[in-house]
Amino acid sequence: MSRRARLAMFALAGPGLAVVILIGMHGMPAFGHYHGVYGLLINKIEVPERHATDLVTALNFDIRAFDTLGEEFILFASVAGVALLLRKLRDEREATRSRGIEDHSFAGASAGLQLASLYLIPLLIALGCYVVIHGALTPGGGFQGGIVLAAGPLAILLAGRYFAMKRLAPERMLEASEALGAAGYVLMGFAGLIITGVYLKNFLPLGTPAMLLSAGMIPINSIVVGLEVTGAFLVTWTEFLDQELIVQRGEDT
Amino acid sequence: MSFLPYVVAAWLFFIGLYGVVSSTNLIRTVLSLTIVQSSTYLVLLGVGYRNGGKAPIVADIPTSSKLVDPIVQVLVLTDVVIEATVTALLLALVVQAHKRFGSVRPADLRALRD
Amino acid sequence: MAHITALPVAVPFVVAALLIATGPVLPRVLQDGLGIVTAAAVAAMCVLLAFHTAHQPYAYWLGGWTPRHGVAIGISLSVDPLGAGMAAFAAVMVLAALTYALRYFDAVEGLFHGLMLMFLAAMAGFCLTGDLFNLIVFFELMSTVAYALTAYRIEERAPIQGAINFAITNSVAGYAMFIGLAMLYARTGALNMAQIGAALDGHPADSLVVVAMSLLFVGFLTKAAMVPLHFWLADAHAVAPTPVCVLFSGVMVELGVYAVARLYWVVFAGPLGPHADALRAILIAAGVITALLGAWMCFVQRHLKRLLAFSTISHVGLFVCAVALLGAKGIAGATVWIVAHGFTKGALFMCMGILLHRFATVDEYDLHGKGRDLPFVGLLVVVGALLLAALPPFTAFAGKSLVESASTEAGYGWLIALFVIVSGATGGAVLRIAGRVFMGWGPAEGPDPSQTRAAEERVDETRDTRDHTPLTMMVVPAVMLTAAALVLFIPGALEGVQRAAARFTDHAAYVKWVLGGAHVSWRAVELSHIEPLDVLYGLVAIAVAIGAAALGLFGRPLRESLPRRVREPTRAALRSLRHLHSGEIGDYIAWWTAGASVLGAVCLLALT
Repeated sequence: MSRRARLAMFALAGPGLAVVILIGMHGMPAFGHYHGVYGLLINKIEVPERHATDLVTALNFDIRAFDTLGEEFILFASVAGVALLLRKLRDEREATRSRGIEDHSFAGASAGLQLASLYLIPLLIALGCYVVIHGALTPGGGFQGGIVLAAGPLAILLAGRYFAMKRLAPERMLEASEALGAAGYVLMGFAGLIITGVYLKNFLPLGTPAMLLSAGMIPINSIVVGLEVTGAFLVTWTEFLDQELIVQRGEDT
Repeated sequence: MSFLPYVVAAWLFFIGLYGVVSSTNLIRTVLSLTIVQSSTYLVLLGVGYRNGGKAPIVADIPTSSKLVDPIVQVLVLTDVVIEATVTALLLALVVQAHKRFGSVRPADLRALRD
Repeated sequence: MAHITALPVAVPFVVAALLIATGPVLPRVLQDGLGIVTAAAVAAMCVLLAFHTAHQPYAYWLGGWTPRHGVAIGISLSVDPLGAGMAAFAAVMVLAALTYALRYFDAVEGLFHGLMLMFLAAMAGFCLTGDLFNLIVFFELMSTVAYALTAYRIEERAPIQGAINFAITNSVAGYAMFIGLAMLYARTGALNMAQIGAALDGHPADSLVVVAMSLLFVGFLTKAAMVPLHFWLADAHAVAPTPVCVLFSGVMVELGVYAVARLYWVVFAGPLGPHADALRAILIAAGVITALLGAWMCFVQRHLKRLLAFSTISHVGLFVCAVALLGAKGIAGATVWIVAHGFTKGALFMCMGILLHRFATVDEYDLHGKGRDLPFVGLLVVVGALLLAALPPFTAFAGKSLVESASTEAGYGWLIALFVIVSGATGGAVLRIAGRVFMGWGPAEGPDPSQTRAAEERVDETRDTRDHTPLTMMVVPAVMLTAAALVLFIPGALEGVQRAAARFTDHAAYVKWVLGGAHVSWRAVELSHIEPLDVLYGLVAIAVAIGAAALGLFGRPLRESLPRRVREPTRAALRSLRHLHSGEIGDYIAWWTAGASVLGAVCLLALT
């Protein structure tokens, strides 16, 4: 179809679809007037039953843990997909020491940036660990903390030292972390199945609310997911950066 | 005022689709998809908001206080992860498209005409 | 027994993680072995679940969170025989695909096997779940794995483009579903399908319910490749590796139809009950258009995989018609037909894969006469074509007869003509392939020099030398065709499916056994039998198939002799139709928006 025909069709169909959606939205309760039974029930029963003060994490890793299992594996599958799609082909090779990747190769990469990122790295890693471990208590959890953790090594890239980043976070370790996270979550479910007879049931002692070791398996699930997310995002970023900075066309020497 | 989030969501859905339809650069197409997805976040979070409700973290507020709906927050969290993963896959495909076709314009991808 | 309920999803996940983690070091034999054993185990578990729930379906509440006062807290796996049966079917297809790929496919580092197992887990979860958001999550997982597998052969250009088109279209479909879900959640405050259904019961359908239904249906029907949401399918099938195509055409697309049926019967049957006639008309219209367009595009293809893809699209149109009859018999017939079609289409794709492996091309005219050295494969293709045309008295025919009798009962008797023509035409196209490739009949040059030929495909998909076809590649399709033909004759199969369908369509009972855990007493089901008239229709379909094949092979002089007044417009119409399938993502999304808006508008007008 010509571009004009396509846009003409969309000029009718697009607003049409928007109008249909808006007509549907008309029946929604007004913003702010929430009466959902599910949410209200969770608000009431979650703390007495699971001792986790962060309701969102409790939902994520206990009450609706099966959704999180699917979500985790969506992440896992996408990383496998990226690794599949960006794999090295027969007619490509990887530069082992690339001129220009090290030693402040890109614009704006100055000594000040290097220093700043040096400070950032431990901060990010510490914050990431904190957010992951305290998932059941304060806002955060495996997913959120995992991203912060993954940003730690990425800060090294900011300093213009890509190979140093690959040394801090070697690909094998990342892939192991990722697989451990993914398999670990499923296995936690199996542990629940074996111990309590129901898959993904919380089988660890619940402790006191707002203490670090409480809420049973929720912090463990949080850590496991944190491992997976960190590994997943770092692998993805490394694959893309490899494509950009290292992979070149040419026969294998 | 009470329907504004939903109107904005419908707008985002529409304008994101427009971006995908009219884009001349695959990266812009992928980012337009992200915009379409943001409309889903808006709708979901808008559904769960309670007037006067606090965030569903009860570490330092009494457990019986008025909280917003935590369910939609979990749904949006999953939604965000899905978006990140699909975007990563699509961008990997765009990288390969650039290598194979030499271009990132959708009109230059001509390997599948009937 | 109920303890194994979560295992069909959990086991393939953990094995997939293991395979991907150990990919570079694990020998290929172990990867294959683990994959096949896992798929077989999942199939066995799902079959067990199907039998176990035949009289008493149950809901397995994950995490031990059972409902309180009718409010579902956790996520349920609501296991009933039809759902478990679809999951078993998916597992068997994955098993077949992995076995076919044994000696043939160049698998990358455990990623192929891991992705296939995750695909299996997603499909199993999709079929077993009772929670709407969980359904969407597994849908997205299926899709993500599918995007990655479609672009497997990154050395070539077409797979990249096909995967991009696939990914963008299906993602947009997912977003529509999220909005539909949000609307239902706002209205009912529930995510469990039974609870949503219970909450919507007793209230008439207003615009919110209708729009939510349209958005959810549009999403799932995109996966099912209804016209005009279908453009991605031909592209994806043309470029995906053969074992993956087997799964796409055999199971993945049909799961979209399954989801529409499940959602209607569990969630929307209450409020939309009074409007069932209008909804029936709308969905049947969509199904008819899809079936006809698919059949026409199928017949004029010379790219063999695209031909099979369009035949899948046309069959999905028929399945949607069957489901749209909104009755138990239609569901039973659709189920039987889907299983038969899945095995047959999978076997046909595998035969095309054999041709690809030997001759590095899937272009019908380039392959003219080359198949003479492969008589067994030719036989398989002929059998597959006849089964696709629903040859009596085999399984597809039984499914088709059930659907035909359901159509007559619903007042849509004219659909029988559609079923006969479409199954005949698509079967005829495959028969034509058999004649041209394996017997050398018909001209060796294509009629339209401007039509793109299937590109010469590189052999990177395969690992062995090309002058010898591995035994597994021929045995697996043969077994699948046998299954496609004979599954029906398993004692009690047809009655079991009809009973399962009757319970599937029992809206009130579903809510009771999911939320209440109650034991439901079922009404007696009157079983349908094959009538002689059905056999007549079946034979007419076969005649249509043979006639269509003959026309395709030997009909060029006939076509040339038609008056120009007839020839030119049809040729122009066909050219513009083919031109629409341009491979450009902007076009596809424009059509998607058109389809979604039309469906939404029509539903709003007719159903509120």
